[in-house]
Amino acid sequence: MVENQKMLNCEQVWRETSSYVDGDVDAALRSTMDEHFRTCQKCASVLAGTRNVVQLYGDERMLEVPAGFSQRLEKRLGKRLTPKTSGASRWSSWSAWLVPVAALALIVGGLKLANTLSFKHPVKSILAAPGHDIPPDLVVVVSAGSKLFHVPGCPFIHDKATERTLTAKEAIQDGYVPCSRCLRQYLKTGLTEHSGAEVASEEAEEQHELLSTAGH
Amino acid sequence: MSIPGTVLNNPEQTGARERDLISEVQRGQHELFYELVRPYERRVFAAALAILRNEQDAEDAAQEAMLKALANIRQFRSEARFSTWLIQITVNEALMRRRRERTVAMEGLDGHRSGRGEEEHEYAPRDFADWREIPSEALERKEVRMKLAQALGTLDRKYREVFVLRDMEHLNIQETAEALGITVASVKTRLLRARLMLRDLLAAGWKQGWFSRLPFEKGNKPW
Repeated sequence: MVENQKMLNCEQVWRETSSYVDGDVDAALRSTMDEHFRTCQKCASVLAGTRNVVQLYGDERMLEVPAGFSQRLEKRLGKRLTPKTSGASRWSSWSAWLVPVAALALIVGGLKLANTLSFKHPVKSILAAPGHDIPPDLVVVVSAGSKLFHVPGCPFIHDKATERTLTAKEAIQDGYVPCSRCLRQYLKTGLTEHSGAEVASEEAEEQHELLSTAGH
Repeated sequence: MSIPGTVLNNPEQTGARERDLISEVQRGQHELFYELVRPYERRVFAAALAILRNEQDAEDAAQEAMLKALANIRQFRSEARFSTWLIQITVNEALMRRRRERTVAMEGLDGHRSGRGEEEHEYAPRDFADWREIPSEALERKEVRMKLAQALGTLDRKYREVFVLRDMEHLNIQETAEALGITVASVKTRLLRARLMLRDLLAAGWKQGWFSRLPFEKGNKPW
């Protein structure tokens, strides 16, 4: 800011021209500059040209936008707004289906998993084997306190007092499984998933059990 | 003259309507946001263009700035002018993009051509023809508007940005300084230089006949 100068040279005036146009000079400086402009053609030209620049560029018509700008802007704003308004109802309609579908998927998945865990592994005990190719009309014997069925006369029938006779088909239907001793031939084919070592080990175990039982 | 997308003629009505729109949008009526910003879309684009110098980038930045304004509308306080707030968001977005897109090389050239040292030197006008007031009707001609835009485009970035924000966006000196993160003194210095440089550039152009088809009195040039 030029202060307390009654006379200004042209360079000092140019330096303040912009502020003068903006009305951002104090009264004293304005008065001094006014006087200078009245007497200096060059500075008057600078002032007039600066005013023209400010006036022309300050016109709204200088603010041009590319063709379609407004439409694109409105569309983009619309995209931002749309999901928030109709999106909520769309979500709620989806969620109405989503919950039961997810529950069903969980149930099915759970059952599948349980099934996999229960039956993927081969039957470990020969006693639990369902048997294979057992003649359905084979006469077998069951007794209380055991879920095995035996051929008549098998030494491994536990409670002979409760012994009852029925066919193999009926025994299987009642949930009985073949005795691993007297009906071994039907079990081996049913244990195909067992490794040879496991079968051999179980056979040895059974042989030992049979011998010790016979010893009693 | 009424321009589509500009502020309404009655400032009081416009101000009241704008305040209502701001309140409604702040309360969640976001579908009214475009109505609120539509009067300023030209200014937003111009601010972005002044910084990015590329129409496509400027349009992207302008759209993004509008979205950010919408996202932050609750932070707007009525002590400030809405247009100023919007322009400041736009300037921030454009400056951020320019930094991100590494147009540093171009800016480096600008800085080299007109660094601090040059800014400290005084700019002396070169043309002293007898200027007269240029009638605003001149702007009706696209050719004139293009020449003005081209002249503006030749300014170095730091002068162009200050000039656009101050003289085209009509921010005040303080607001311009805050938007660009520079001092008030720098704004004043750059603004003076920008105006004087444009004056010289346009004087040369007008001498080449830009206004030759304007309805001036025969033999009476506007400068």
